[in-house]
Amino acid sequence: MKLDSMYQEIILDHYRNPHHRGLREPYDAEVHHVNPTCGDEVTLRVRIVDGTVADVSYDSEGCSISQASASVMSDLVIGKSVEKALALEREFLTLMQSRGTVEPDEDVLEDAVAFAGVSKYPARVKCALLSWMAWKDATAQVVSGRAGAGGAGHAGGRPAPVPEQEKQPR
Amino acid sequence: MTAGGAAELDVELVRKDFPILERTVHDGRPLVYLDNAATAQKPRAVIDAMRDYYELHNANVHRGIHALAEEATALYEGARDKVAAFVNAPDRHEIVFTKNSSEALNLVTYAFSNAATQGEQAERFRLGPGDEVVVTEMEHHSNLVPWQMLCQRTGARLRWLGLTDEGRLDLGNLDEVINERTKVVSFVHQSNILGTVNPVAPIAARARQVGALVVLDGSQSVPHLPIDVTALDVDFLAFTGHKMCGPTGIGVLWGRRELLEVMPPFLGGGEMIELVTMEASTYAPPPHRFEAGTPMIAQAVGLGAAVDYLTGLAGGAGMAAVAAHEHRLTEYALARLAEVPGLQIIGPTGAVDRGGAISFLLSGADGRAIHPHDVGQVLDEQGIAVRVGHHCARPVCLRFGVPATTRASFHLYTTTSEIDALVEGLAGVRRFFQS
Ligand SMILES: Cc1ncc(COP(=O)(O)O)c(C=O)c1O
Repeated sequence: MKLDSMYQEIILDHYRNPHHRGLREPYDAEVHHVNPTCGDEVTLRVRIVDGTVADVSYDSEGCSISQASASVMSDLVIGKSVEKALALEREFLTLMQSRGTVEPDEDVLEDAVAFAGVSKYPARVKCALLSWMAWKDATAQVVSGRAGAGGAGHAGGRPAPVPEQEKQPR
Repeated sequence: MTAGGAAELDVELVRKDFPILERTVHDGRPLVYLDNAATAQKPRAVIDAMRDYYELHNANVHRGIHALAEEATALYEGARDKVAAFVNAPDRHEIVFTKNSSEALNLVTYAFSNAATQGEQAERFRLGPGDEVVVTEMEHHSNLVPWQMLCQRTGARLRWLGLTDEGRLDLGNLDEVINERTKVVSFVHQSNILGTVNPVAPIAARARQVGALVVLDGSQSVPHLPIDVTALDVDFLAFTGHKMCGPTGIGVLWGRRELLEVMPPFLGGGEMIELVTMEASTYAPPPHRFEAGTPMIAQAVGLGAAVDYLTGLAGGAGMAAVAAHEHRLTEYALARLAEVPGLQIIGPTGAVDRGGAISFLLSGADGRAIHPHDVGQVLDEQGIAVRVGHHCARPVCLRFGVPATTRASFHLYTTTSEIDALVEGLAGVRRFFQS
């Protein structure tokens, strides 16, 4: 069945047993991203120490793809330098925009290669990207010093920024 | 069955009129189209009418003396007559063509803000601080956001009627929410997410009592129920062509003539004017005052053909037969879905005052929720098209504490065997996500 190419066992495993889930202290920035077309939402916190992603924690509502992706993404970026983690984000974005034409590098993307099949389903690409875009936004806020100190990085009531994936042509 | 006993719809015959229903998806699976609340499929009569229009009659309307211009104008205005008859409007000038329901509703909200710069006659549309606008918690974003924007522009306050746990309007505080400060009440006739058919009479009566205008969003009712604007006792009714087997790009605002005559225009341009000088202009009478620029001519023709098609069904029983068919389907679907383990309906669980749009949540054998996206994806693989998400009614999801739902929605060509396919498909979804 074609579905199996999207719902890889790795994805279903992460979905059933997500890693790093649950919001944690301390953190430097918190963001809330939504996928307006389907109602997926993620609140995500990052902690950056000396240019390294010290922690990522999140609370999310969404489908198996978006849940699994948040889990895989956290696994991948925690412990990496911000620079390396951002490079991973670009690599993953390229994979997701490839419509199934890119052969992912397992040494680089690890469990995230399992999402290659999702790239063939345009309606679901946004699900896979949601947590990555949230992470990137939160990290950018810390790096640029836009996030307030002491973890109050997210101005309450401010509408969430338009996620990157919303800006792409369908 | 209604008095007079509408003739029954022969659904197999009806299906033959819709070419798309013959197609297959995903390697030969028959299409089971249960996303009718999003948009309806088109009968051949509509497709042909639009092709004929372009092949034989195409010209701009109201602005030529040549043969084609006259034919195109007659077809366009003929569509207005058909639509007027379809909703039993007393006067054809009460039918304004718009792009869709959303534009029809925005047309009304902008009339309210433009009233500030018009004379005395626009008094009924004046809105400002201290005034209130009432909607409900089950509005489609198209009948919520324009009112929010209007309130921002004018300083009026937005209020709303809440929902019961069953997914019906809570009218317990009707007299408090709609009060002397209320200038306009706008609400959905049939909810696109809950399926609820709202009681128009008590709400309209209360609005009348306090002198408020009444706007009804008929996007989901006009395609599925016989509608008579004179019986509804509202001031405006918005609906959209593509959900009633017509093309996209055409919608309708019906309004009482005496109101349309004093209502400030929304968009300015060609066709909506009377006299123009460099300094100022006067406006055409309705409906043209509200139809600036070249209208959607082919689409109006298509909508006219859709109206003819619907009216002629079941030997002229028309919408009464459609409504009866969909009522039977809804009863059947509610009963069948109740058998699916782990399924919870969001909205009324009985078929009374309820249409055929059924939202639900599904959980697996382990009790864990299966997200609607995953439900929809696995159903799609089996050829079953449903909609997942918040259905442009996010406040309803918030009210019920759910991020999204799966929605199956029916139309005149839906069969009970398609509902059976859905029920089997849902069993397949549960198997797929079994740990
Ligand atoms: C209840 C309701 N109101 C308004 C709309 C908006 O219709 P349209 O998108 O055609 O403007 C819809 C359809 O999506 C609807 O279901």
